[in-house]
Amino acid sequence: MKKHDENVALFGVNAGDPLPQLPDHVSHGRLERVLKAGHFAVTTEIAPPDSADPDEVLHRAQLFDGYVDAINATDGSGANCHMSSLAVCSILTRVGYSPIIQVSCRDRNRIAIQGDVLGASALGVCNILCLTGDDVSAGDHPEAKAVFDLDSVSLLQTIRTLRDDAQFLSGRKISSPPKLFMGASINPFVPPVESRALQLEKKIKAGAEYIQSQYCFDVEMLKNFMSQAVDMGLTERCYMLVGVGVLASARTAKWLRSNVPGVHIPDEIVHRLEGASDQKQAGRDICVELMQQISEIDGVSGIHVMAYKQEQYVSDVVTRSGVLGGRKPWSPLSMDTSIGIVG
Amino acid sequence: MYRVRLWSSRRSRFLESVYNLGNPVILVVLRFITFLFGTKLDRPITALEASFKGVMFDCKMCGNCVLSKTGMSCPMNCPKTIRNGPCGGVRANGMCEVKADMRCVWVEAWSGAGIMKDAGAIRSLDFAVDHSIKGRSTWLSLARAKDQGQ
Repeated sequence: MKKHDENVALFGVNAGDPLPQLPDHVSHGRLERVLKAGHFAVTTEIAPPDSADPDEVLHRAQLFDGYVDAINATDGSGANCHMSSLAVCSILTRVGYSPIIQVSCRDRNRIAIQGDVLGASALGVCNILCLTGDDVSAGDHPEAKAVFDLDSVSLLQTIRTLRDDAQFLSGRKISSPPKLFMGASINPFVPPVESRALQLEKKIKAGAEYIQSQYCFDVEMLKNFMSQAVDMGLTERCYMLVGVGVLASARTAKWLRSNVPGVHIPDEIVHRLEGASDQKQAGRDICVELMQQISEIDGVSGIHVMAYKQEQYVSDVVTRSGVLGGRKPWSPLSMDTSIGIVG
Repeated sequence: MYRVRLWSSRRSRFLESVYNLGNPVILVVLRFITFLFGTKLDRPITALEASFKGVMFDCKMCGNCVLSKTGMSCPMNCPKTIRNGPCGGVRANGMCEVKADMRCVWVEAWSGAGIMKDAGAIRSLDFAVDHSIKGRSTWLSLARAKDQGQ
């Protein structure tokens, strides 16, 4: 009974009720709690369905139950049209999941974005990832008008204005500001490699509190970047979650690096996949090894697993990598502690 | 004038010196013109700025000029008009993800900024463009902003 009371105090009566906001926290979300408590965090992403059925979202999310601390809902990724990230997040928060709303600057101007951010917070979203976004030419509606009123850094500044100054960019007051843990992305694997740490510094100055990086398939490049970031003191100022991918085959790897902007996959990875008898298995093994190597690097606070069309293997790579160190993240069925450790 | 634009960002230090020397003179002249003619000559002055910066930098007359902070590479030539770039899609050879035959303007900007005297200027944050002043002369805005301050 005491356990039950504790759970009610921590989580409310229903799974979707908001957690109390802890002192020195900017949000009442679980991701911020996990990171600030010093745990190694694991996040992943949901590809929003091409459907108006909420169950499709929930079925996708269930695959990650007990393995991840937060789930990104992508915002028209690759400039392709899907269910909106705001709607996906809203469906997820009802069940108690901890979604990260991805906001890209491609499709909405500053008026629309500020409105959506207030709405997201009202619907229980606690985390935001600020992105510039892919160009419309990359997606299935190349004839669309690209907006790009803001960029990722201006977007971070905008969210901070909403949250910390409790006002719109116009200066008009907001009676109840959005409580959002603010994130940004970085890609240390493409030019200008030598300036990427300085760019990270700009994103932190603009308000980024955590970073989710592009796919890392090149640990040496990551080490160089991280040592610069650590030397500049940047990892003291934000949590670094490094992106990893689950490759289905050598063909997928080649397709990704030649068709998706900003994806760097060294030849060794492609050769290893080509030489494997079971390429799918090899893709997962590579992911596990990368996760283990990355988690050892100074300054890394977590892993962001991107497993597009491989979502069913996220639990496998997370388990085998051991990066959670025995911790079991919260899921709708295991409301046991404030930050998701069962037992 | 893509080739002139590249030339400009690769000589950012030289252009920075020219700007630092020439800018006060231009501002004094513009203030004098404003004193004599008011706003009557705004259109030809704006056209002059547009054609000069157009040739040198492929200027888009956004009215929010930041060339001295971006290694003399105009961010409005980025297909996403990113003001704090680059994005994460830059090709391995430094070319733009959207326009494969164009150097990423932000790769040029960071390398241009690196050779300037004020190499740290690019590290400051730039907020989004104020679209309500698109097409206006930045020179005139600067000249008159100083007028008001004095």
